Amino acid sequence: MDGIHDLGGRQGFGEIRYAPGAPAFHAAWEKRVNALYGMAVRRGIFNMDEYRHAIERMPPRHYLSASYYERSLTSLATLFVEKGLVTREELERLAQGAFPLSEPSAPGRSNLPDREKFQPGDRVRVKNDFCAGHVRMPGYIRGKPGVVVNESPRYPFPDAHAHGVEAADEPTYDVAFRTEDLWPNSADKALVHVGVFQSYLAREV
Amino acid sequence: MDQEHSRPSRTASVERRVAAIESVFEERGMEPKPFVEAMTHTAEEEWVPRNGARVVTKAWTDPAFRARLFANGKSAVGELGLTMPPHHRHLVALENTPAVHNVIVCTLCSCTAFTIIGLPPDWYKDLDYRARAVRESRTVLREMGLDLPPEIEIRVWDTTADTRYMVLPVQPPETIGWPEEKLIDIVTKESMIGVARL
Repeated sequence: MDGIHDLGGRQGFGEIRYAPGAPAFHAAWEKRVNALYGMAVRRGIFNMDEYRHAIERMPPRHYLSASYYERSLTSLATLFVEKGLVTREELERLAQGAFPLSEPSAPGRSNLPDREKFQPGDRVRVKNDFCAGHVRMPGYIRGKPGVVVNESPRYPFPDAHAHGVEAADEPTYDVAFRTEDLWPNSADKALVHVGVFQSYLAREV
Repeated sequence: MDQEHSRPSRTASVERRVAAIESVFEERGMEPKPFVEAMTHTAEEEWVPRNGARVVTKAWTDPAFRARLFANGKSAVGELGLTMPPHHRHLVALENTPAVHNVIVCTLCSCTAFTIIGLPPDWYKDLDYRARAVRESRTVLREMGLDLPPEIEIRVWDTTADTRYMVLPVQPPETIGWPEEKLIDIVTKESMIGVARL
C-alpha cells in the first residue's frame, strides 16, 4: 500500500535527533511491548510481515504522532483483535479508555506471474505496479531503472505472507539505483541499494 | 445509540494499553512475565554492539575470516557464536574503503541486524532519518558530524527485505597491529550503521 510508512525520499523532514550511544529503551513499558510482540511471533500468533503490515495500516495521523514502541503496541493489539484473541471492547474495558487500532487490511496477493531470473550486471526496471495490501517495494523505486548486484536466499513473499495467501518463496535482488534516476536534479549523488523481490522486477530492454 | 457499543472518548495512556494487552496474554495462559524478563535481558545484555565489534575486529585481523564474512555473513558470524533470528536469512557485510562509504537505513520501518550490531537507536527509527537518508545522504551524514570529501562515493542500503546489513568500517591506520581485545573497544554501533567513521 502507498501508506504513510513509505517515507524514503519524502521532503519536509528535519534534522536527525542524533545521539551516539543512546539506550534502545527509555521506559519499562517499551521493553514489555518489545518482548510481547516477540512472544506472539514466536508462538506463531502472527508473523513479521503481518506485524509490519498492521503498523502500516495505522491511520496516518496516529502513525506520525506515535512513538516507535506505540506503533509496535498498536500492531500487536490490532492483530490480537483481528485474530479473535480479544475484542476491542474488552481491550478498552481493560485499558479504561479508548485503544486506537489500525485500519482493516485490503486483500493480499500471490507471486506475480512473469518472474524472471536475473544475474549480477543485468539491467532491470521496477514494475509500475500498485497493490493495496502489504508490499515491500518502497514507492521511490517504482518504475525506476537499476542494475542487479546480487541475489539473496529465498524469502516468504511479503505481499502474500502478510495476508495468509499461498505463495512460493522468492529471492530478492540487490539492485543499485542512481539517485540521478530516482530524483533527477533533486538529490545528493549516491547509489541506493534496495533488496527488491523478484516479482517486482522486469528486465530492462 | 446503543450504550454497549459506544467507544470511550479519552484514549487510555500507553502504559494502560500495554497492561491491557499483557493481561490478555495472561488470560490466554501464555505467562508473559517470565518471557518479558528473559527477552529484556537478552535485548539489553546479549544484543549488544560488542558482537558486531568482534566481527569487525576479526575481519580486520584475519584475512581468511574477512573473505568468509563477505562470502556468507550469517555463517561467518556463527563462527564467533553469534546467531540471528530465523527470518534474517542473510547477512551482508558492506566494506568501507578510502573511496567508498556505506550507510544503512530502513525507509519502510526499522529493520536492523539487531542481534549483531544492537537494537536500532531512536534516530534510526525516526521519520526524519528514514525519509532523508536515501535522498540526501551526504547532507544527512554531514549534519550528523561526518563530512565526507566529495571524492568518496556514498552507497545507501535500504533494508526492505529480511537480508540484514552491517558496515565494515575502515581500520584506523594507527591501530594496525593492536590486539583484538583492544580493537573491539574502538568499534561503535554508529560506525557499523555507517553514520560515523573511526
